[in-house]
Order: sequence, then C-alpha cells, then structure tokens
Amino acid sequence: MDTCARTRFAGRGNAATLGGTRPKAARGPGPAGPVSGCALAVALAGVAATGLATGIAAPAAAQEREVRSDWVVPRTPDGHPDLQGNWTNATVTPIQRPRDQGPVHTWEAVARIEGFVRTARQRGAQDSDPNRSAPPVGGIFSGDARRDAASGGTGGYNSFYIDAGELVAVFNGEPRTSLVVHPDNGRLPELTEEGRGRAAERRRFRSQFGSYDNPENRPLAERCIMSFGSNAGPPMLPNYFYNNNYTIVQTPDHVMIMTEMVHDVRIIRLGERKPLPPHIRPWMGDSWGRWEGDTLVVETTNLHPDQTLQGIAPSEEFKVIERFTRADEHTINYEFTVEDPIMWSEPWRGEVPFKRLDGLVYEYACHEGNYALENVLRGARAQERQGRQERR
Amino acid sequence: MGGATDSRGTDRPRATDSRGTDWPQATDSRGTDWPRATDSHTLSVMKRVFVRPVILAALTAALPACGGAQDGDIPRTPSGRPDMNGLWQALGNAHWDIEPHAARPALAMQPGPVIPVPANEVLALGAVGSVPSGYGIVEGGAIPYLPEALALRDENREMWLERDPEIRCYLPGVPRATYMPFPFQIFQSDSKVFMTYEYAGAMREIYLEDPGPPQVDSWMGQSVGRWEGDTFVVQVNGFNGQAWLDRAGNHHSAGLTVTERYTMIGPDHIMYEAELNDPATYSRPWKISMPLYRNIDPNARLGQFKCVEFVEELMYGHLRKNPIRR
Repeated sequence: MDTCARTRFAGRGNAATLGGTRPKAARGPGPAGPVSGCALAVALAGVAATGLATGIAAPAAAQEREVRSDWVVPRTPDGHPDLQGNWTNATVTPIQRPRDQGPVHTWEAVARIEGFVRTARQRGAQDSDPNRSAPPVGGIFSGDARRDAASGGTGGYNSFYIDAGELVAVFNGEPRTSLVVHPDNGRLPELTEEGRGRAAERRRFRSQFGSYDNPENRPLAERCIMSFGSNAGPPMLPNYFYNNNYTIVQTPDHVMIMTEMVHDVRIIRLGERKPLPPHIRPWMGDSWGRWEGDTLVVETTNLHPDQTLQGIAPSEEFKVIERFTRADEHTINYEFTVEDPIMWSEPWRGEVPFKRLDGLVYEYACHEGNYALENVLRGARAQERQGRQERR
Repeated sequence: MGGATDSRGTDRPRATDSRGTDWPQATDSRGTDWPRATDSHTLSVMKRVFVRPVILAALTAALPACGGAQDGDIPRTPSGRPDMNGLWQALGNAHWDIEPHAARPALAMQPGPVIPVPANEVLALGAVGSVPSGYGIVEGGAIPYLPEALALRDENREMWLERDPEIRCYLPGVPRATYMPFPFQIFQSDSKVFMTYEYAGAMREIYLEDPGPPQVDSWMGQSVGRWEGDTFVVQVNGFNGQAWLDRAGNHHSAGLTVTERYTMIGPDHIMYEAELNDPATYSRPWKISMPLYRNIDPNARLGQFKCVEFVEELMYGHLRKNPIRR
C-alpha cells in the first residue's frame, strides 16, 4: 500500500491519457484491476527514478484505460454528478483544424499520429551527450517548435520536462482533428470590423515599445501572472506544453477549479447571478454556475482585458458558457461557447475531453523563482550597453 | 469589557495562564482542547459579544476560553462533519508581529536626531505605514528560538524591506497565510478539502489520504488532514524554508512541521491553533492560536489579489530601458 501510494507521485504526467472510448484495435492491454493498476504505477515510478519519466517504457498501450460499461455517474450527497478530482486536458489535437482535414480522424491516422509523437518524445528524452561542445551562437533549432521554444536552441528542456499530451482528443467516441467544432470548419470565425480595429489598436499600442523595454512588454506567462495558452481561461484550453492540470472541488453552492499554472483558483458560485460591476475584471472573469440536469453550466463575464484568447483581447461584452458533463469513469466532457459580438463575427464553440489525472498536482510557484524575467531584461540592457560601446 | 469574563465557560480544563503575565488576558488559557460549553447563557453571551467587532478586537485572545457551541449549533456536512465551507478571516494584528508588541512608527526605521524615525523608503506612507500594537498569538508570549535563530530573526527585522517575502508578493506559507489581513475560503466536501487565500492567490489542497513524504519542497508545504472528533487536524511539512511567520522577521527552516487544528466553536467561528515544531530553529514545539471569523455578508466573496504585477516596478523597475526611478 505504501509503495502504491508513493508511486502516485511519479505517475504524474504519465498516467494522463486522452483515450476515451477507442476500438480494440487502437487500444492496448490496459490495467485490468487494482493490482495491475498498482503495478503500472510502480513501473512508472521506476522509470521516473531513472530520470527518464516521459519517454521510455511508458508506451501508449500501458496508458490506455478500460472504460467500464457498468460505470454509473458518481454523485455528491446533494445528487449532482461528482466532478471532483484532478484532471488534465493535455492533447495533441490542435485548437483549430488544419484546413485539409475533416472533423474526425480515422483510427489508422490516430495510431500514426500518436506513434509519431511517442517516437519524438523518446528521441527527446535521450541523455544529453556530456562531451558535446557548446552550441553555436544563436543555438541549434531542432524544428520541433515546442522544444525550441523552451530551450532557445541551446538544449534547455528535453522531453523530460515537457508534458504536452500524447494522445488525440477523443470526444463522444470520435477522434477529433480540432478542439473547435463550430464554425463547422473547426476554425475560429472572422473578427468583426470593430474587432479588427481593436486588435490593430492593441498592436499599435504595443509597437511603440520594444519587446524587452519593460516588464509589461513581456508575455503574461513570462511575468508569472497567468499561464500561457488560455490554460485557466475560461475557456480552459490545453497549452500544448506542460502542466495542463486542474483540481476541481465541489460543494452544494460552489465549484472551485484550480489551474496548476499559476496556482489560479476560479471560484464558481452557484445560484442567482449577481454580476460584478463592469470595471472589475478579474483575470479569469466572474463565473456563475447552475446545474442543468447532470450538466454543470457556467457563465463567465468580466474577463480581464489582457487575458487574451487566441491572441484576441476580450471586449466588455465577452461571455463564455462552459458545460461540464461526466462522460465516463475517466472523462469530463468540457464544452464551451465564446460569445463576444464586439470582437467575433459569430459565437464559436469547442469540445475538449478532460481526463482524470492519477497523480497529485504540485505547487507551481512561478514568480518566487522568476529569474527569467529579470535576466531577460538585464540581457536586453547589456546588449544596449554593448551596442553603445561599439558605436563609440 | 466584563463580557470577556462573563462569557467564559465555567468548565474550562485549564485555569492557568500559559502566556506572559503582562497582558490583559492574563488568565486566558490557550490549550488545545477547546471546551464545549453546554449552558445556554454562555451561548447567548457569546452571540452578543461576537456581533460587536470593536469589542472583539480587544477580546480575541480571551475568546478561546469562552467555550464552544453545542453540537447542533454548527453547520454539518451530510456525513456529519463540521461544515467549514465559507469565507474566513483572522482579526487582530498578528500579521505585523505574532509576538506581543507595542505600536511603533514603522517597520523600517532609521536613526533620528532624538529618537529613531521611519526609514526614507516608507516615510511617505505616514500613519498608513505605522504598526498597530498586538497582544500576540504565541502561547507563552515569546517564540522559543535557539540563540542563532533569534539572532537571524533580529537581523531579518533590520532587513525587513529586503527580506520579507510579502513585500515581493511571494507565497505566504503556513501558518502565515491564515492570519494575513485578507480573507480565505474553505471548500470542503466529503472527499476534498481545499483552502484558497486572497493574498497572492495562494492555495493548498488538504489531502485526506496521506500521499506519503512530500516529493518536493514548496512555499505552502504539503498538507494532510484528518478528523479528530469535530476538530480538523492538518499536518503540514515539506516547506522550502523561505516563508516567514509575520512582518517582524519571525522565521522557520525547511524542517518545520505545523500541526493545525480547526475547531468550529459556533456557526461563524473557528478556533484555529497551530503547533510549530522545527528543532533547527526552536528549542521546543510552540503554539499559536486565534479565532477565525466567518464573513457573514451574503454578498461577500473572495477578491483577487494577484500582487505579482503590483511589485514589478519594485523588482524590475531598475531594468527598464528607461528607468523611471533614479
């Protein structure tokens, strides 16, 4: 028991899957019961202990979990579906659909995509060569956007540090090619004329500064203010990098959702809506919820103007409606609709499976150790000094 | 003020004072077993006292001994546990200094021609930057520091502007989070207990199932909770040792274990007690205690105090392309 409990730590990040209901052909021999579940955790712990947690010996087959047909929705004492626990929305399915694809993958394509991701991860998890020489000035770019973004081409993060999701998002049994499902092409709608104007104004305002002039010119995530990629949202989207983890706690009159990065707690009050005044715009807005049958419906307004969504700042009329429905033992079906008539020409909608995370969520203390922001700015000032000296 | 005496239960297990003798609450007991009063007179007096915040501020230390509520008087979850869901806050001035202290002009001082005066850095705040007095929440009055740890505390106090993690909006740690001058909210179900603090958006899950030794050090530590009767007992360890206990430089090491006890003594009050055990810093385990008050305003809600952005000028202003400070 002790061993089993301890290994839940190591299982973090490995046990998450976006499998959902898959045909036998695409599913491996999952853990069949509590004993093998523990064995899996032990196996993963062993892997983690070697410092190679994410790449090897944790094939997708081992990550698949059986969906029990006799599963019934667990309920809280007041009769509502129990959404509590730790969840992840990490996936390889992109937010917007590539233009040459239909809405649903074939299972053959799923196997190909997931195999490719696994192979890339294994490659990225290899030990670094201790005898290699320093990278050239400017770094070496691998072409893998995620790795390059983290390391600046100098070998910063390898796969060990990245937990971007390895599986295609399966929603209601369909392996999806995008998280956006409306408009029908799976892509964001056009901005309105007003929306284009506001976006241009925002760009114009920013363009008067250099990217490294002031802390306020750096991205929110680099400043440790919010996660990147609308992790906390709402809508809560995967960031395709790491820490796509959430904790939900539910009481009769509240639902609390904590986003791992940056320990952001969204408190959803249930019942009659008493909105905040329009000038108070918290980072994750003002959320109110209600139960519609077995679905938790949450409406959020007053989103912070800098909490952008796909690069677009929410207007004062921004509203997002989220729907949380338990789909199976391992899954919450998360649906959202973004309505912002000032910015977007039509509402758009997405569907994201949130999968149960068999692990703990650790403290993400970002600001307290944020050497990056200081050094980014310091580096820019050093370059300016160097430039001035060279001109002399 | 007589209410303080009247409202005390007659069946207190400890009559002797465990704190210093200089304080008005000299006969107060800060034991771990909050007596559960059963006579209705006590309860009615409690209610009268509890609705007078001004009096309360002076009486906070006396209240622990005044007795608890009857079982029927506290809200309970469907499974019968005390229901601590809600918005809570400590009153008093423990966040300035958990030890007994007189009011003083500022936390940061400099020598003056006659007596010390506020340091230049805080001078502009005037009375807003002054420290109100507090009678302390430490059992026995003083923290039992080891000599070197006491020297570090005094040094911390001198270096407050440079060292207090609160100034930089760092996570508060435990128990400091509890008595920051901000509310916090408890989310409690049968399977989960979660505490979320307005200050810095700090939070912690209280694991109801022990996950074993903490795998990483952290500011807020790893919390494991269990019920001992109607008291929720939380063991916290796995600290990184960087948090402070107040604005007065009181500190601990990464080896700290905090044992917190949350006991509802009425529908709107929790008696909070914490024992701090840190052999590298203190000569013996020691305790703090204070009541926590529910915000009963039906419109009250936890605000967002994401102070990271508020301290950017302080922390990074000198690295701007064109610094606005000389």
